[in-house]
Amino acid sequence: MDMFDLIGPVMIGPSSSHTAGAARIGKLARMLLGGEPAQAKIGLWGSFQKTYQGHGTDRALVGGLLGMEVDDIRLRDSLTYVQDAGLKVSFYNAKLRNAHPNTVVMELTNRAGRSIRLQAASVGGGEIVIQSVDGLETAISGHINTLVLTYRDTPGMIARISGEVAASRLNVATMRVARCAAGGEAIVTLELDGNAEPELIQRLEKISDVYHVAYLPARVPNVAGETGRDMPCRP
Amino acid sequence: MQTIAETLVAARVCGGIGRAAIQWQAEQDGVDESAVRARMRGTLAVMRQSVQDGLNPAMRSLSGRVGGQAAKLAAFGQPDRMGLLGTACAYALAVAESNACMGKIVAAPTAGSCGILPGVLLAVQEKEGFSDDMLVTALFTAAAVGRAIALQATVSGAEGGCQAECGSAAGMAAAALTELYGGTPQQAADACAFALMNMLGLVCDPVQGLVEIPCVYRNAGGAAQALTAAQLALSGVACPIPCDEMILAMKDVGDAMPPSLRETGEGGCAACGGLCVR
Repeated sequence: MDMFDLIGPVMIGPSSSHTAGAARIGKLARMLLGGEPAQAKIGLWGSFQKTYQGHGTDRALVGGLLGMEVDDIRLRDSLTYVQDAGLKVSFYNAKLRNAHPNTVVMELTNRAGRSIRLQAASVGGGEIVIQSVDGLETAISGHINTLVLTYRDTPGMIARISGEVAASRLNVATMRVARCAAGGEAIVTLELDGNAEPELIQRLEKISDVYHVAYLPARVPNVAGETGRDMPCRP
Repeated sequence: MQTIAETLVAARVCGGIGRAAIQWQAEQDGVDESAVRARMRGTLAVMRQSVQDGLNPAMRSLSGRVGGQAAKLAAFGQPDRMGLLGTACAYALAVAESNACMGKIVAAPTAGSCGILPGVLLAVQEKEGFSDDMLVTALFTAAAVGRAIALQATVSGAEGGCQAECGSAAGMAAAALTELYGGTPQQAADACAFALMNMLGLVCDPVQGLVEIPCVYRNAGGAAQALTAAQLALSGVACPIPCDEMILAMKDVGDAMPPSLRETGEGGCAACGGLCVR
């Protein structure tokens, strides 16, 4: 915790959990999907479901999906941008079990037809966690550069993936692997010390049995502070 | 600088809490002090704009319940009817209303309590002519004090009630005001302790769970508390309870609060059925 965590972040109100956190979830979901989102079915649960209108949670989620940051004043009117952006959005009341009170589930499809499902929670103070992608468990905070790969669960995949990361002289800070079943779809979440270059992403995409590579760079604090920091903040 | 006591030791070496915090942050980031000052100047610019945004009488929150009231307060204060207090409260309310209306604000320390610090600092700047550089240093004073609160207790309303949000903001603002007016680091710590003392026990009870009622008005009230606490300390009144002990007391009171009074939208103001439509 540093001084700018107490005087900051710069954000669009009114709530760090229900607004800023929601915008961050939207932005990370956009990066996980890749490309421009064309359709978003968004399910809200708990406090998100009960208070989303007054907190602008819907606007913040959509703004994030459109690529807006937590301090982007356009978040307020994001719903008016969806038509021009070619994004079809619908909201519904999700029914979840044992979920955090501020949980959202999304089914997203991009213009190229790629679809993902994800579940995320805004856990307080603008901190968020993407908890699952396509039903596979993960834990993405957005604080650190993160690679998320989905692939077919076959022997040697982890070695091939981490080998490419090592070839780029990048250190893996944390790594999390999950799969639906042996030989089925699997996900690996790699948090990196350093920035993944486009060449690395391309090499990873070329590994056979890798379905998709998403790179989620952490937002770098602006020295002038004008655009604010990407967190953490509090309700 | 994890506690106020440690912060005071650092402040003695550096010549102030604000300066100690700037040095600490520069070391953390591995940059020059001028870089961290520049970043805080950017933050101050957002605060200043948020006051202007919030003084717009046409502004309304998504629920329609707040917005445009800071403009009334500011107009009532013209031309100097309520003095510094009136200006500080109007500015604090303006930023809090701007937050409720999805404006751009600086969480200080939280979004719900974002009005208090810019409210008092920008009001005293107008009255006394303090430079932006002085305000930047004061913002670091506030940050250092807030950090000691966050590390020893909490600044989250869901954990500690409004005393942890608006109370902490008032404590931070009181310390910042005290150093800005030339008070000693010890006086700044006393000012923070007074503010925490006077706001001890304040519950977090947002109507329908929204950061509107009573939140925006508590920002105006918090600004008044910050000014009072700074005046007490600057006049030479020593707080009988050390600031670190006040912080721990605040934490204990927060821990003792039932969940219905910690941002669940159940108790306190939130339990009042009728909302006036006027």
